[in-house]
Formats: sequence, C-alpha cells, structure tokens
Amino acid sequence: MRAPDSVEPGLIIPGRSNGLLDVPRWRFLLSLLVKKELRVRYRGSALGLLWSYVKPGVQLIVYYIAMGKFLGLERGIPNFVIYLFSGMVIVNFFGEVFGNTTKSIVVNADLVKKIYLPRELFPVASVWVAFIHLVPQLVVLIIAALISGWRPGLVNIAAILGALILTVLFALGLGLMFGAFNVLFRDAENFVELILMMAAWVSPVLYTWSHVASVLPDSLDWVYKLYPITQAVELNHVGFWIPTSAVQERYPDSTGPLIDALPMWAGAAFVISVLWLVVGQAVFRRLESRFAQEL
Amino acid sequence: MTRAIVVDQVVKQFTLRHTWSIKEYVVWNLTGRGGELKDTFLALDDVSLTVEQGESVGLLGRNGSGKSTLLKLISGVLRPDRGQVGVRGRVAGLIEVGAGFHPDLTGRENIYLNGSILGMTERDITARLDEIIAFSEIEGRFIDSEVKFYSSGMFLRLAFSVAAHSHPDVFLIDEILAVGDEPFQHKCLERIAELRKEGQTLVIVTHDLNLVSQVAERGIVLAGGKTVFDGPIEGAVGRLRGEG
Ligand SMILES: Nc1ncnc2c1ncn2[C@@H]1O[C@H](COP(=O)(O)OP(=O)(O)O)[C@@H](O)[C@H]1O
Ligand SMILES: [Mg+2]
Repeated sequence: MRAPDSVEPGLIIPGRSNGLLDVPRWRFLLSLLVKKELRVRYRGSALGLLWSYVKPGVQLIVYYIAMGKFLGLERGIPNFVIYLFSGMVIVNFFGEVFGNTTKSIVVNADLVKKIYLPRELFPVASVWVAFIHLVPQLVVLIIAALISGWRPGLVNIAAILGALILTVLFALGLGLMFGAFNVLFRDAENFVELILMMAAWVSPVLYTWSHVASVLPDSLDWVYKLYPITQAVELNHVGFWIPTSAVQERYPDSTGPLIDALPMWAGAAFVISVLWLVVGQAVFRRLESRFAQEL
Repeated sequence: MTRAIVVDQVVKQFTLRHTWSIKEYVVWNLTGRGGELKDTFLALDDVSLTVEQGESVGLLGRNGSGKSTLLKLISGVLRPDRGQVGVRGRVAGLIEVGAGFHPDLTGRENIYLNGSILGMTERDITARLDEIIAFSEIEGRFIDSEVKFYSSGMFLRLAFSVAAHSHPDVFLIDEILAVGDEPFQHKCLERIAELRKEGQTLVIVTHDLNLVSQVAERGIVLAGGKTVFDGPIEGAVGRLRGEG
C-alpha cells in the first residue's frame, strides 16, 4: 500500500478504525447491539431472564447435595459448594465471552457485509451480553455465600473485580482472534467448543491447587500458574470462599489450599492477558479487511 | 473546489470460493499447494476518479460491471486490494435493501440502530424521529412492530428516510430505488433534488436512464471493472443506449 499522504489532507480512508479504542465513541450503538442480542436470545421465552436465575440456583443445590454430601467432598474442602461455584462462575463467564465473541462476526454477517461500522463493536457487545448473564449467577453465589457466613473485606471485593477483569481481557483477546478466524474457517467454532470443554477441568474448580502441585513436576508449576483463568478462579476463591466462616476457622491466617504468592502470579497473568488482547486485536485488524467479502 | 471522494488506482479482486474447512486447507498445504484452491475475479481493475463536493454523479454500467463494489469501497464495507480510497466527512450508503436493519427489532428501534450506524447521535435521531417516520409513510401500527413483517418496499422507504435525514457529507444510493412504488420514487427524487440544492455530494447507481438524467449532472460508465466513460450525464446515457 502507498503512503497515506498520497490522499490529500482532510480525506479519511473509509473502513479504517482505531479498533477497540474507538468503542467508547460508539457506546450508544453498542447499547443498541447489546439490546438486540438479548432480544434475539429471549425471543419467545415468556419468563426471559428469570430462567437465568432459576438454572444456577438449581445447579447449586444439586451440587451441594450430590458432591458436597453424597461424594463427601465437603470433608476435604470446607464450604465446598462455595469453592466450586465461585470457580464455576468464572469458567462459565469465560466460556460465554469466548464462545460468543468467536461467533459474533458470523452471526452479524448481515450488518458486517452490507454497511460499515467498527467491527470490534460486535465482540464487545458479546462481552456485555455475557456480563448480563453472569449477574444472576453472581446473585445466587452471593446468597449462598451469605448463608455460609460470608464477611468480605476490601481485599476480597478487589479480588472479585480482578477475577472478572482478568477473565474479560483474556477471553476478549482469544475471542477477537477466533472470531476473525471463524469468518475464514467456520470450524473455528468447533475448535473453541473443544477448548472450552477442557477449560472447565484444567482450572482448580473441582479440586484445589494442592492436588495439582502434588502431581505436576515443580519445573512446570509456572505454566499452570500463568494460565489467566487459573488465576481468575483463585482470585474468585479469595473473594467468595476465603471470607466464609468455616474456611476462616480452618485456615485462620493463611489462604489454605490456594496458590501461594497469589498477588504476584495474578499480576503476571494480568500482564499476559493484556498482551494477549493486543495480539488478538492485531490479528482481528489484519483479517478485518476481508470480512465483508468472505461472509 | 474541494474533493469529496478520491478513488486512486483501485483494484478489487474477489475469491470465488471462500469458505474452506481447516481440513481442506491443511491438506492443500501439505500436498504442496497443488491445484487451485480458489478462483479469483477482478471486479475493479485500476479505477481512478474524483468527485467534487456538491457534485451529483450517476454511476452506470451493465450488471456485474462493478458498480456496487465501487460503492462498497467508498463506504468502507470493502477495502481495496491495491490503490486508495479517501472521503471527506461522513458517508451514508443505501447499498442494499435492509442493510443496517435487524429483523427482530421494531421499525422505531431500527431507526435508532440505522441512524447511529450512519453516525447520528441519539439526540439527533430523537429530534428527527417524527420527520423520519412521516417521510417513510409507515403507518403507526407498523412502526412499532418488528421489521421482519415489512415488505421490501416498506424497508426501502424507512431506509431511505433515515439516510436522507442523517445529513451525511456523501450520500451513496445503489439500484434500490427501483424497489419502491411510483409515488414514493417520485418523493425520493424530490428529496434528492433538495439535498442537491443543499450541496450534498451524491453518487447514484440506477438502470433507469431517464431517472438518472434528472438527478445527476455527471455520468461515469463502468464496464468489466474499468471506467470507460466519465463526463456529462447525457454522454453517459447516450453511451449506454448505444451499447444496449
Ligand atoms: N463478495 C463477493 N465475492 C465474490 N464475487 C463478488 C462479490 N461481490 C461481487 N462479486 C462479483 O464482482 C462483480 C461485480 O459485482 P457488482 O459490483 O455487484 O456489480 P454491479 O453492481 O455493477 O452489478 C460481479 O461479477 C460479482 O459476481
Ligand atoms: Mg449492483
């Protein structure tokens, strides 16, 4: 391509944007896209959003009885159901953001190929939709935690926010990349489903970090610890599980079976997620010019 | 004079076969990239043109000559493979019927969606909402129902109305005017004439040679992805009549 100065000053090159940096300028359109997405999703469902409260609620009760009581996991991990659910909320959120952003361009093909708007708006709208679906799960989790004697301090609240931000950064980075791939190769979607299936098991959701540490060779520790979703799950444990009464009794002055030196590792995972987002955005921008004609 | 649109030595190529599975792609790479995985097609072949601010241009040519592709490049939907496109200000394109509308949203919600895609603010849209609805002639009970129940004529009326009230700097109109009925087409022509008077830059694609002579002063004829004529509209129409 020739130097941009060959087009006279005052002329802009159509179809070029500053990517994610432009999104705030388009927030009204973004809100319309989010509304549209929710409308499409709850089309024909009379109870609408109510279902998203019922499902996690029932899920939590089933886990409490089946895993906590029948399998006896409660004996190893106090307040097991809070431990499990606070991790699962993160994994679900990750799956929803990553999965939806991957599909977002193809699903909005009609808009992408007929009219120009910054294409990053679609993945970002998917993040908001995922967040709206996270809220009911968080509400259920908070109720269960309060019943278990949850008394969070500032550090715990900060850990929860950190967990959510970490998850969004990493999932959006992946989603931008796979969302662009998905336009060119439709099987990217299936590939992502496979990754998400594994994601639920590789993070310390059903077991504790100490189980991993006893199996994994010490030299590979760091690989597991740098995986952003592992850190997000552990941060959420700090937020919801640690400040419950049974856990406080068992581990009065430590974080128990959680990863040691958590702030350091979480910080490193944060850096990785930001870098990953930059890479995802770069890939997206590279492939973006082909979206309209490939769809 | 200031230039509103600059198209400089633009080449646009399409691949005729586009969605591959990863398996096909990997196999193709492993087997030494033997055979053609895709056919390419040159839709625009070294096209250059400039449009001055306030000019109104008719873009003519047979089916498949590259007119819609050129409009999509100017509006930013497509990007050129070679050469450059530049525009001054905001572009609104009526390129395909239903572009920028979502079937599951109501007419009113779509006005907001479409208007904001065209760069209007929420306040702009609210201020012009009544005017937009009135111009589109869509009845009260339809404006709040989902646009998937609209006929293509209703779609066009609403789309034209939003675009025509969005005050873009450059207004692109593809063949779609043919979809509307006679009275609405007449109304659109009047509106276009008004916009011209206000100094709006216009590029109009149509097969209706009588219509284009009324709304454009300059004509550009495309054939096989190349510009074969650029001059007064009478000349362009004559050239098409002669060929046809
Ligand atoms: N997305 C696309 N993929 C492949 N070929 C395309 C695509 N869009 C347009 N073409 C081809 O490019 C040529 C020019 O198309 P178009 O610009 O729509 O012509 P016109 O509007 O003048 O009828 C046509 O032969 C058409 O088949
Ligand atoms: Mg066309």
